Amino acid sequence: MRADPRALRFGAAVTTLVLAAVLVTGSVWPLAAQAVVFALGLAGRSPYGMVFRTLVKSAPKVTEDARPPRFAQGVGLAFAVAGLAGFVAGITPLALGATAAALLAAFLNAAFGLCLGCETYLLIRRLLPAATWEVHQ
Amino acid sequence: MPSARAWLHVGMTGVWVVLATLALGTGIGVVRLRRDGRMRDMSGDRAGDGRGDRLTAEALGVPLGPRATLVQFSTAFCQPCRATRRVLADVSALVPGVAHVEIDAESRLDLVRELDILRTPTVLVLDPSGNIVKRASGQPRKADVLTALAAAVPPAQPDSETITSQEPDEM
Repeated sequence: MRADPRALRFGAAVTTLVLAAVLVTGSVWPLAAQAVVFALGLAGRSPYGMVFRTLVKSAPKVTEDARPPRFAQGVGLAFAVAGLAGFVAGITPLALGATAAALLAAFLNAAFGLCLGCETYLLIRRLLPAATWEVHQ
Repeated sequence: MPSARAWLHVGMTGVWVVLATLALGTGIGVVRLRRDGRMRDMSGDRAGDGRGDRLTAEALGVPLGPRATLVQFSTAFCQPCRATRRVLADVSALVPGVAHVEIDAESRLDLVRELDILRTPTVLVLDPSGNIVKRASGQPRKADVLTALAAAVPPAQPDSETITSQEPDEM
């Protein structure tokens, strides 16, 4: 499966705004919504990507492998769930810390095109050699 | 026992966390863009503990290039790996006696640990006997690979062997 890099960048920018809103307002709801978006992104059905495709009709000049960004959405989901746990349990440092980590990754992707989530894959495999992750094309 | 709540009273803390995160991200991004793909000299490490600074044909599972070998570590979840593969394949086609070997990092975690590879792509430049002379994390530019080769490998022999290039299928 191929992905439109412009849609990925757009999604990262929206994610950055949503996660910043979570931190500024202290509200759990944008984080819960973002967690759902991460889960859909992991499944290859990012709502932000769909918004981009309704706004921009032109075909991308280049496409890229869809698997790395999908894996990164899964990493984002893990941090969002940790943040939600922080909210639910009333552990403010966990709620803010996990959300800030996801914000950092989303910002690096939006502003610099770096995929921090993708790079965790090899580190996870180094720590857990059995943790193979098959994403079907 | 704290009760479940939809709001945390973060006050100004949340704003500071956002600003600190964006500042940290900017710093990381700028450093990354500057360092990404830059060839670092590894020849000085040879005097070290003598481990992990050499890759033999046996360790790689394929013959070394007669003049140099470009070893690329890749994973499936790696955006710049494909472009890096193209750059290195171009260089190995351009420079006689230079082999390009791509290694699936997941299937060679032994080498990944031994060489302390944290990111993909990581590119190693080996001299004819397998000593690691250069190393780059991230996608290297073609010109930088050519420069690294020029500094690292002996000049071409008139009877130099044919170009060797091994690449695995789509990862």
